[in-house]
Amino acid sequence: MIKLEHVDKYFGDLHVLKDINLEVKEGEKLVIIGPSGSGKSTTVRCMNFLETPSSGHVYIDGEELTHHNKTKLVRRTTSMVFQQFNLYPHMTVLRNLTLAPMKLHHKSKKEAEELAYHYLDVVGLRDKAHVYPTTLSGGQQQRIAIARALCAQTRIILFDEPTSALDPETIQEVLDVMIKLAKENITMVVVTHEMGFARQVADRIVFMADGEILEEGTPDAFFENPSNERLKQFLGKIIRK
Amino acid sequence: MSGLFSAEAWNKVWLYRGTFLLGLESTALTALFGLILALVIGIVLGLFATSGKKPLAFVARVYVEVIQNTPVLLQMCFLYYALAFSDLSIGIINTGILTLGIYHGAYVAEVVRAGIESIPRGQFEAAASQGFGYLGRMYYIILPQSIKIILPPMVNQVVNLIKNTSCLYIVGGTDLISVTYNFVTGENTGGAYAPAYILSGLLFFIVCCPLSSLASMWEISLKKRDVRSGQKARSAERMV
Repeated sequence: MIKLEHVDKYFGDLHVLKDINLEVKEGEKLVIIGPSGSGKSTTVRCMNFLETPSSGHVYIDGEELTHHNKTKLVRRTTSMVFQQFNLYPHMTVLRNLTLAPMKLHHKSKKEAEELAYHYLDVVGLRDKAHVYPTTLSGGQQQRIAIARALCAQTRIILFDEPTSALDPETIQEVLDVMIKLAKENITMVVVTHEMGFARQVADRIVFMADGEILEEGTPDAFFENPSNERLKQFLGKIIRK
Repeated sequence: MSGLFSAEAWNKVWLYRGTFLLGLESTALTALFGLILALVIGIVLGLFATSGKKPLAFVARVYVEVIQNTPVLLQMCFLYYALAFSDLSIGIINTGILTLGIYHGAYVAEVVRAGIESIPRGQFEAAASQGFGYLGRMYYIILPQSIKIILPPMVNQVVNLIKNTSCLYIVGGTDLISVTYNFVTGENTGGAYAPAYILSGLLFFIVCCPLSSLASMWEISLKKRDVRSGQKARSAERMV
């Protein structure tokens, strides 16, 4: 479904991704963990070309992602949920949800609104359709952002630290929505620090540090007997709570 | 008869009021078309500057620096005489439209650039991740948000543009300032300095003051709205 092949990324002199090879299968829930600055966000941002790899190839559905085709290919195949939600503040929630379906996926207003209400129900915020995003709490905004991603009806959703900017008490409501989604046949790539979520939802977990993939495996293998020294250290620090 | 309180001088100005109004018309015409040209140049260059494409940004930068760091008077003379010597006589009004369009285009470009740059990166990224191309991103997401940042300084540019029509005097213009100066130094009309300048100033004021008040009212109401939505957001957070 998504394939990264020998992907390297430099920011100036900084080598942030070092020969990343990663394949995500259809319907798979892939969770990427690792300390900050390890390149996990950059990895997921390369999957829709928000970052362009310095070298290497990215394939979606077997088609190579290039500057030339990125707008159309991304539109058709992937959606993204961001750490900072990035809802459009000048539009109501409903308009946030219907904009892309109407303007990019050629749905009628009626179809787009039906779709929007359907996914507002999924995230439990139907009553917020007509308010502006800034009037909502962080957790609510992120649930709206997830509904917006769902409205595009793409088969892949990328989550870039979706709960990292939230107050602790609103994290769970967002995770609950994501757990619900994970039961569907959507391909999910999730960068997160939520180990409980990773354990519960992931088909496979990838551990990154210093721009490299150091370990890959099922949640059980990962948490029960991690072999990599860096991973042990990392898990030791993060699971303390 | 140049005195402020000379009835004769006021009378003369009143007699020639039509001349002043013609000057105002010429100023308004120059300003209107100059503004349209400035907007076109400014929006295109503002988009160039924020396009992320180095050659385009470079073109915009060079244009803005050259225009902003040379006097508008010089630009006007240059254009007028350069065109005249190459047998391209385009007339005074067109010279004014071109010069002011080119000059204020540079400032409008900076206003547009600043407006676009004030929008958080995440907005561009969210739009790109949905599959909006450059124009769609700008049209639906970025420009509607930057417009409130762009508008107040834009209105100031309009006011400056109207006042800068006075530069046309140096190439023998028919604008309000040129008309006023010709009036006070004219053979038949000369001498009524104070009343002529007062009338001329008044006419400028009547046109420009509503515009700049509009700009400041706009700014105040936008600030209020931001405060209000901020408060709403905070009280919503408390409720959760």
